[in-house]
Amino acid sequence: MTSTAIEDLLRELAPQVLGALVRRHGQFEGCEDAVQEAVLAASVQWQADGVPGNPRGWLMTVASRRLIDQMRSDHARRERESAAATAEVAPDDVPDTDDTLVLLFLCCHPALTAASQTALTLRAVGGLTTAEIARAFLVPEATMAARISRAKQRIKAAGSSFSLPDGAEREERLRVVLHVLYLIFNEGYTASSGRELDRADLAREAIRLARMVRAQLPGDGEVTGLLALMLLTHARREARTTSAGDLVPLDEQDRARWDRALIDEGMELVKASLAGPELGPYQLQAAIAATHADAVTANETNWAQVHALYLILERVAPNPMVTLNRAIALAETKGPAAGLDLLATLDDDERMAGHHRLLSVRAHLLEKSGDPAGAYEHYQRAARATASLAEQRYLESRASRVKHL
Amino acid sequence: MKFLISMHINPAVLDALTDEEKAAIGPGHGRFMDGLKESGEMIMTAALTDPSQAAVVTVRDGQPVVTDGPFLEAKEYLGGYYLIDCEDKQRAIELAAQIPDAAIEGLGVEVRQVMFSDGLLEP
Repeated sequence: MTSTAIEDLLRELAPQVLGALVRRHGQFEGCEDAVQEAVLAASVQWQADGVPGNPRGWLMTVASRRLIDQMRSDHARRERESAAATAEVAPDDVPDTDDTLVLLFLCCHPALTAASQTALTLRAVGGLTTAEIARAFLVPEATMAARISRAKQRIKAAGSSFSLPDGAEREERLRVVLHVLYLIFNEGYTASSGRELDRADLAREAIRLARMVRAQLPGDGEVTGLLALMLLTHARREARTTSAGDLVPLDEQDRARWDRALIDEGMELVKASLAGPELGPYQLQAAIAATHADAVTANETNWAQVHALYLILERVAPNPMVTLNRAIALAETKGPAAGLDLLATLDDDERMAGHHRLLSVRAHLLEKSGDPAGAYEHYQRAARATASLAEQRYLESRASRVKHL
Repeated sequence: MKFLISMHINPAVLDALTDEEKAAIGPGHGRFMDGLKESGEMIMTAALTDPSQAAVVTVRDGQPVVTDGPFLEAKEYLGGYYLIDCEDKQRAIELAAQIPDAAIEGLGVEVRQVMFSDGLLEP
């Protein structure tokens, strides 16, 4: 087996083994450490000696031993009897129930910050090592280790049980899980710091996790919508930047470079999700991405449909960013002046004050309306306001382009 | 999100502090560093030598020219910084407020988001 295949296998098995271990022993904190150690051991040993016949059983046995060692040393420290911790676990003793969802709910516990939810999810459910997560976020490994350990302490303090919550709470917690997956995906997509390669891995990892959730909840429209949104966005990845790393806007992208297989899969999912009774923000965003994917050239974009979808999105999940995006669609259907009028309604919104997206969209619409001086000023201001180096370069190039009009 | 919290020192302001006030600064930073490490938000921190020890380097016609002293003659100079990775700007500001310098009139604590970073953080 290649090292990539081993890594893939480990990532698939890690949450299953962790779920089984927590079901048996409780104490998510210690079990999570034990599984991490077992995964690290496996990645070295399987590489050298080959993958064992029952890899899941192997991980379970090694993780159980680590956990028991850890419990024994804890007991010894407290000078207490360790009889309770001596039971050996049979290698095949892994139940069939898939605990991935339960683990995800736990890692995305509302008591944690988004940064901690993200890190813990990648480790406990994604099966990534602390070093890999640290590398992806470009922080020292010790920093990431501290963050994960603090997150587990918080969960323990919150007294969470290892089970799926019921009813409305379940619904609410699922939204948090989806948001965390969305953040992981975005982190890989925006690449504002760190190296491109590691970030792309994050996007792929988010897609893999979204697939896992969908396998558990195939009837949930928002889960399907999120996966579709990720696939349709990821399909544009190659066309999104030049070889020099410069951003290419949607209307200038070489659509032949879009990943057809991902688009086809995403489109199918969008259709499936829109057939359901509910209509949530991820489904709508996926439907918008699908409308763009449907256009062979930028000129053929069905902007009226994009605008209609943004209108519904604005109603379902009101947010100034949605209004901002709707202004772009409105400008395409009713002209730049209509778009600028809509943008003006955002001027008093505190959340948007000085936001680089508001400045850059305004610059874009001013350029379209034949006001190069106004466009230049707003491109410049947007370039100063953004925290992304690639975006800054793009906005500066736009500014110098309109300057010479 | 990564932020650089820079501390702008004014020696005259520091000199004017009482001994007790001066003595409290070190332990205050110590507690701040411990907290950052424990929460998983610390990337690194550094304190710099006095600006009188600085050297300004320029290259003219391919030849390096070195001038002793700081680049800018000012009352305040960069004394040190914290490079952190935290949730958002609001959290960075909350953390900056815990730095002892922030409570001293005449010293500056500035928060700026990092736009790009790279390094050799893994073995």
